[in-house]
Amino acid sequence: MRASGMSFDGSGFWRAAEPKPAYEVVVVGGGGHGLSTAYYLARNYGITDVAVLEKGWLGGGNMARNTTIIRSNYLWDESAAIYEHSLKLWEDLERELEFDIQFSQRGVLNLAHDLGDVRSSLRRVNANRLNAVDGEWLSPAEVANFCPIINISPDVRYPVLGATLQRRGGVARHDKVAWAYARAADRLGVDIVEHCEVRGFDVRQGHMTSVETSRGSIRATKVALAAAGHTSVLASMLGLRLPLQSHPLQALVSVLLEPVLNCVVMSNAVHVYVSQADKGELVMGAGIDAYNSYAQRGSFHVIEHQLAAAIQLFPIFRNAKLLRTWGGIVDVSPDASPILGTTPIDGLFLNCGWGTGGFKATPGSGHVYAETIANGKPGPLAQPFALERFETGALIDEHGAAAVAH
Amino acid sequence: MLLIPCPWCGPRDEIEFSYGGEAHIAYPAEPDELSDAQWADFLFMRHNPKGDFSERWYHSSGCRRWFNVIRSTVTHEIRAVYRVGEPPPEAGS
Ligand SMILES: Cc1cc2nc3c(=O)[nH]c(=O)nc-3n(C[C@H](O)[C@H](O)[C@H](O)COP(=O)(O)OP(=O)(O)OC[C@H]3O[C@@H](n4cnc5c(N)ncnc54)[C@H](O)[C@@H]3O)c2cc1C
Ligand SMILES: [Zn+2]
Repeated sequence: MRASGMSFDGSGFWRAAEPKPAYEVVVVGGGGHGLSTAYYLARNYGITDVAVLEKGWLGGGNMARNTTIIRSNYLWDESAAIYEHSLKLWEDLERELEFDIQFSQRGVLNLAHDLGDVRSSLRRVNANRLNAVDGEWLSPAEVANFCPIINISPDVRYPVLGATLQRRGGVARHDKVAWAYARAADRLGVDIVEHCEVRGFDVRQGHMTSVETSRGSIRATKVALAAAGHTSVLASMLGLRLPLQSHPLQALVSVLLEPVLNCVVMSNAVHVYVSQADKGELVMGAGIDAYNSYAQRGSFHVIEHQLAAAIQLFPIFRNAKLLRTWGGIVDVSPDASPILGTTPIDGLFLNCGWGTGGFKATPGSGHVYAETIANGKPGPLAQPFALERFETGALIDEHGAAAVAH
Repeated sequence: MLLIPCPWCGPRDEIEFSYGGEAHIAYPAEPDELSDAQWADFLFMRHNPKGDFSERWYHSSGCRRWFNVIRSTVTHEIRAVYRVGEPPPEAGS
């Protein structure tokens, strides 16, 4: 069936493709990373015989459940390189995909609440500058000047001692980003197959040969996982052990309010990150639930903790009404960095572990993953994120820059 | 919030506990003999099933003891609770 026009869920932007018996590349997962990967395979490498297989509906996973914060101010060189690559792609994405994705560089503040925070924030700003990533340190008065509704009183449980500011950071409309990539990939010939669950793999003598799906068997010698929170489930079908744990991560929105918040504010210490959507809702993220889960819902006490802190930081939110809450399943890695590259199985590629922070990486992740798949080996930006780092010990510890969900 | 039956204190709210991740990961008997790949497996690789999972909990605001739980990661239902050193019971028992 060929969909036409535009519908509320964006499905008119691409053909509802029937799966063919074989493809050059099968991408498993129709979230942001799977879609951007398919797009860059077609656009940068001329590989258009590609299917994106999605077990549910396009963008029904974390892609349209996240709080859409985009920034690149990570500590280590490897991370700064890949996230900054992504941010540069964001800066040109509306033009490239010919789609209004509401990308808004309104600035991201990361608050510091104690001396340890202050020191690690200053260190991060300095590291960012050495990597040509924009970053500034703001005093409490400068914080209040940039974002007047933050409470900088010293008499609170977590006083604001300062903040880092990345002015080029911001937000974008997540589902529109998914639709933009889907439409662009579709136009280049990529098949987007929804309601098609991968349930098994056929590997012969160490080589990938086909995937078994709820809509039949599909031959492919290159299979690229982009299944976020469900990556371990797929890997276990292949006997591949991964250092991932899946956790619920929650977010919530308030009712529509007048514009009060002009930027993105994040606080690792109190587990709050908030921005205001163009429509007027306050969009807030919480921390992960401690336990492993695939249930796409989290506990209320996590939200309670987050809101208590949010109200102290932003007294003006006190009377705001909660409209709805939801959860996604995030794939958390031991060093809070993604895992990207080849695997011991020839033709099986891995892109996972983005955990609580992979929306910002949507363009960059797909870009370097496509390069890895096309060439059969990672390029310089992806190389440090290989699975082998857990064996060599070359971990990329981003707990400081990424500890809390964002 | 989960209601977790501590084997010593009985059912208590989840906020009294800390999570300890996957259960039954024993320290290597011959650490000097392990290859880098075996160390990576011990330190970092974890089961992450969609279904029943054996995990450790610590009753940090109660008796301050560790114990094991078999819990569904899909429904969050706790199927079994057992003390450290005891073999895992059949799930559902
Ligand atoms: C509440 C919340 C807030 C967040 N906030 C931010 C933020 O502010 N900034 C940021 O950078 N990141 C944020 N993130 C993280 C970000 O959303 C994820 O890292 C990113 O979306 C993961 O990549 P994805 O879009 O490809 O994942 P997903 O959209 O989850 O895509 C994976 C897809 O794979 C499909 N799939 C799984 N198994 C199979 C199978 N067997 N067969 C076929 N398909 C399958 C799933 O249905 C899913 O659609 C947040 C996440 C959550 C949950
Ligand atoms: Zn107890």
